[in-house]
Amino acid sequence: MTSSDTVRPATVAARGWGWRHAGRSRPAVRGLNLDIRPGERVLLLGPSGAGKSTLLHALAGVLGDSSTGGADPASGTAADAEDADESGSLLIDGAPPRSRRGRAGLMQQDPETQVVLSRLGDDVAFGAENLSVPPADIWSRVGEALEDVGLGRLPLDHPTSSLSGGQKQRLALAGILAMRPGLILLDEPTANLDPDGVLEVRDAVGRCLDKTGATLVVVEHRVSVWKDLVDRIVVLQPGSATDSAVLIDGPPDQVLAQARDMLTAAGVWVPGYVPPARGRGGTRDAGASGASAGALPGAGTAGRLLLAAEGLAVSRERPRRAGLRGGFRPVPPQPVQSGITAQVRAGEALTITGPNGSGKSTFALTLAGLLAPVSGRVSAAVELSAGAGIDPYRWKAQQLIARIGTVFQEPEHQFVTGRVLDELMFGPRHLGRGEERVDELLERLRLTELVDANPYTLSGGEKRRLSVATVLAAHPQVLVLDEPTFGQDANTWAELASFLSELLDDGTAVVSVTHDADFSAVLGGTELSLRAPERREPDGLTGRRQPGKVGAP
Amino acid sequence: MRQELTLRGNQALLTRANPLAKFAAVMLITMVLALSIDWVSASVALAFELALLPLAGLTVALLWQRGWPLILAAALGGWSTTILAPDTGSILLDARIWSISDGSLELGVGFMVRGLAIALPAVLLMSCTDPTDLADALAQKAKLPHRFVLGTLAAMRLVGLMAEEWQTIGMARRARGVGSHGNPLQRLRATLGQSFGLLVQAVRRASRLAVTMEARGFGGAHRTWARTSTFSGVDAWVLLGGVLIAGAAVAASLAAGTWNMVFLARQ
Repeated sequence: MTSSDTVRPATVAARGWGWRHAGRSRPAVRGLNLDIRPGERVLLLGPSGAGKSTLLHALAGVLGDSSTGGADPASGTAADAEDADESGSLLIDGAPPRSRRGRAGLMQQDPETQVVLSRLGDDVAFGAENLSVPPADIWSRVGEALEDVGLGRLPLDHPTSSLSGGQKQRLALAGILAMRPGLILLDEPTANLDPDGVLEVRDAVGRCLDKTGATLVVVEHRVSVWKDLVDRIVVLQPGSATDSAVLIDGPPDQVLAQARDMLTAAGVWVPGYVPPARGRGGTRDAGASGASAGALPGAGTAGRLLLAAEGLAVSRERPRRAGLRGGFRPVPPQPVQSGITAQVRAGEALTITGPNGSGKSTFALTLAGLLAPVSGRVSAAVELSAGAGIDPYRWKAQQLIARIGTVFQEPEHQFVTGRVLDELMFGPRHLGRGEERVDELLERLRLTELVDANPYTLSGGEKRRLSVATVLAAHPQVLVLDEPTFGQDANTWAELASFLSELLDDGTAVVSVTHDADFSAVLGGTELSLRAPERREPDGLTGRRQPGKVGAP
Repeated sequence: MRQELTLRGNQALLTRANPLAKFAAVMLITMVLALSIDWVSASVALAFELALLPLAGLTVALLWQRGWPLILAAALGGWSTTILAPDTGSILLDARIWSISDGSLELGVGFMVRGLAIALPAVLLMSCTDPTDLADALAQKAKLPHRFVLGTLAAMRLVGLMAEEWQTIGMARRARGVGSHGNPLQRLRATLGQSFGLLVQAVRRASRLAVTMEARGFGGAHRTWARTSTFSGVDAWVLLGGVLIAGAAVAASLAAGTWNMVFLARQ
């Protein structure tokens, strides 16, 4: 099989294609007509709910079974709502995607679930094995694929669990490349990555496409990242009975010029555009000169010290017990970062920045009273502690939420009820006060329409707004946010930045871990930059040993 | 072409043996030891097993670190047998219902040593066997269905991830005011809530992982294996070692006259 060594770019043809997921009343995609030529690179845009991910899943052949027989546009659709339902036809190289196993490779958003096996080489080989590639060919494909994505210097038995997010996504790309697919599908591949990771993955994709000539379809909000790599932008809209699913289709520059306003209104990150957010002191900032916004002083209460960290060393691991010979004394974990000194003041923003693995989030969680310091201490000023004691880690949960609110990176981690309104009322009910603030938060964060919805069913932006609102409902004086703008569309970004800037003006202290320079520019305040970790692991070196598995002394 | 894929950091001889051969040897020793409660057969087996530690890349310290619950359990079992077993021979210590005699001490020590001798091979096996290699051997040599074996292997990787997630969800819920304080009922409710949160995340992760695997062509009737699971000379030695240890244990016990089949009535 010599043909297996060269990639034949795939063709995509959709004719009146539609898909309704099982159990849903409305189709996710409706009336899609689209032709993608071999080797074309397409960026797919559109508001959430336009069916971008559904299309990618369908092309990858992972959508499951439908009640109609795939490529049969003539069959009537009297299917009941329990079954998924397909209409029209969607073909790769003239055949339904499910029958063309291995023609398309799909990368999804969450790096953790893009890794299948625990050793680097095995993970890359997995797809090729499933396609019954002869074992002798697999290892040469694995080596080549790892080389192409820039992971070639890691040993094949390198543990995949010790890779960074960007490295995991590049590994997923290598696993796809080893299948030699004619069509590469990327579903928001960089939404969960820091800026370095985003460029790592983008450049690896570019190199691989240049080499193989495969067709590309990528879904991503941040247009500037992919604009120079693609040669066509297709904007989808939620399907209706009359309108076509494709709203605009053309070369990147032309589409961006034609539809700039429409795209920004839909929350797409158009290149060179920072969404207008309310700056400190009420200035509405047009974005381009965003740095000036933070200079204005806050209200009268601003500036008083609320929380301080002195000589803090942080780690997520708990102290271990030394073994028999150590007399079962607690052994402090190896800190990811140490010697941190910082102050949190009312009405002032503190931005924590630094490279991956420098312990930014760990520091923020320690500051927020959620993790115990390894050494050094976090102390609350009397004004903040209000009788609860100096060490936030020792506060009871209810004392904590009324003083320091923490918004986690993944909103779902913080949902504790099954209804938006209950979610917002949860804190005030437990504290026995502050229920009157809920309505104001619902209004302000545009959640009023959603009060009866289940939090887990909300869109990404809605979940983010809800998670901020729930934490604020307890009225904390300090708000800590971990990467609040990760993966958010431009509209949510602007709302969030404006809202936080208002909070600051009202005297709340805002601590945020972020890579987002535009965001910190809106909030102003001070920046705490953590340095790279000492045991950093570049691609080329053999990894550090897994914590906890190192031999006892 | 293929680089050597071994347990990370562990270059010991037994890591190169096929997991199925190691498994067979362990089963052999365990079954023989299960036949008789006597300290001679168990001690002989235990001595051999301890001598094998370096071959599995283990040290005594590492063994304690990984196997301490088993070691403690064996010691506890031995102690309770010693004080509770019917007394035979001269009484060494008498504290009413608790008494230690020659006979009960012998039985207790035998029980403890046997517990250790049965548990240790399992610790040895896990220390020198990579789960991926075990899956390869089970699917290729033992001919278990590959979809089941690989699905389980991929799911096991998620378990470690879930442990991290548990910690994160615990913190995230504390940040919502759900504490692990209060009376037992409140704590139970908090733990149940946290478990539900973890379950939701586990299901989401698992379904995304399933999509990833399916998109990489997983699920077909046929597949090839990049890592061929093979038997080699080492495996013959492993099996032979298992036979020798089991045989030596039985022979020593018979020679000392302590062989004591559990299924036969005591004389």
